[in-house]
Amino acid sequence: MDWLQLLVFPAIRALILIFVLLTGFAYLTWYERKLLARFQVRYGPNRAGKFGLLQPAADAVKAFFKEEIIPNHVDKPVYLLAPALALVPALIIWAVIPIAKGTPAIADVNIGFLWILAVAGIESYGIILAGWSSNNNYSLLGALRSSAQMVSYELPLGLFLVSILMLAGSFSLVDLVEGSRQWWEWIWLWLAFPFFFICILAETNRSPFDLPETENELVAGFQTEYGGMKFALFFIAEYVNMISTSAIMATLFFGGWKGPFAEQYIWLGPVYLLIKVLILLFLFIWVRASIGRPRYDQLMKFCWQFMLPLGLVYVSISAVLAVFLK
Amino acid sequence: MASDYLPLLILILLAAGFGVIAIGLPTLLGPRERNNQKLEPYESGIIPFSDARRRFPVKYYLVAMLFLIFDIEVIFLYPWAAVLRDLRLFALVAMIPFFIVLVVGFLYEWKKGALDWD
Repeated sequence: MDWLQLLVFPAIRALILIFVLLTGFAYLTWYERKLLARFQVRYGPNRAGKFGLLQPAADAVKAFFKEEIIPNHVDKPVYLLAPALALVPALIIWAVIPIAKGTPAIADVNIGFLWILAVAGIESYGIILAGWSSNNNYSLLGALRSSAQMVSYELPLGLFLVSILMLAGSFSLVDLVEGSRQWWEWIWLWLAFPFFFICILAETNRSPFDLPETENELVAGFQTEYGGMKFALFFIAEYVNMISTSAIMATLFFGGWKGPFAEQYIWLGPVYLLIKVLILLFLFIWVRASIGRPRYDQLMKFCWQFMLPLGLVYVSISAVLAVFLK
Repeated sequence: MASDYLPLLILILLAAGFGVIAIGLPTLLGPRERNNQKLEPYESGIIPFSDARRRFPVKYYLVAMLFLIFDIEVIFLYPWAAVLRDLRLFALVAMIPFFIVLVVGFLYEWKKGALDWD
């Protein structure tokens, strides 16, 4: 029975998680296209299935049956490795997010915060290696921009995470959600949320901070030389990252799976988490539909001369609050 | 417990497995009609005149260096943050010199112009 407990059950859980995330990705593309269309007074996809609901399936089949092209000038092993390296962190960051009372998605390890920080750190490698190995000027510029942008915004992000950790007093996200918070703590957290969200937008390379792939100057940035399924993997990575970061924000700032009656009826936990994630995803798409892209120097200046000092101030005040009020 | 981390390892392996399948499968399913134009670098339609193995602005290197310095400082805050609620005032006072050094270094970089992109 031991090997069943140790290997088979976690494997089944992991497969379910991956399946749910990939399905979530597929329908997130549908959600985004529908919403963007509505923002622009269009219909969006409405041919494949009712309300275009089969569109994601059609896209997946198309990606799998595309011709595989590996250009002559690329660094082949790295070129093939990069899409997988972009995808894996996006899928595994979910492991520590609690989905119901006492139940994290995969494992209740007491290093939840560190796991998120470490996996988020790996995420930039896929993009940097893709851009470098493509050996194309557009790709190289996209990869450089993306690496500088992602590491810069990781600093304020880390500072906000430290502050939340201080107030929570535990590295485990399960404890974080289940521990009680006072009213001033919620208000203090929500003050940080807009800035945290800006960092997340820059980390996930989402519009308006999609400078690594600006269509009108860099063609497609780091993914210019990729096509077919390899391109789709970068696409999946970006969208699964959106889902993952939304779940992280829901967990850190909005009580994760918590909601009315979620303690008694355990199945309500995932439902509340899903609703919160959908609202946050709406925010991502809303921002994309409304705000124009800044220049690159403005983006970097904003991080180093506004977000970073702000993060330092936030950490110091949080420390004082944690010592004197908790 | 080390066995707590086994599910994480399994998840990593399965996620990597999906990546390998997704990269490998289209080579079997897709059409194969190669020609030299398809295999050239993409340059918006013009004939490529240089590859990308060349020098790029040193600013990116500077950002990487600054990131390393600050990221290590942020990482130092993590263990401190975890015990802050147990050690209370002692931990708070103990952190003040570190924080002053951090802020002074940051202000120095700012005044020197290292944080300006241009």
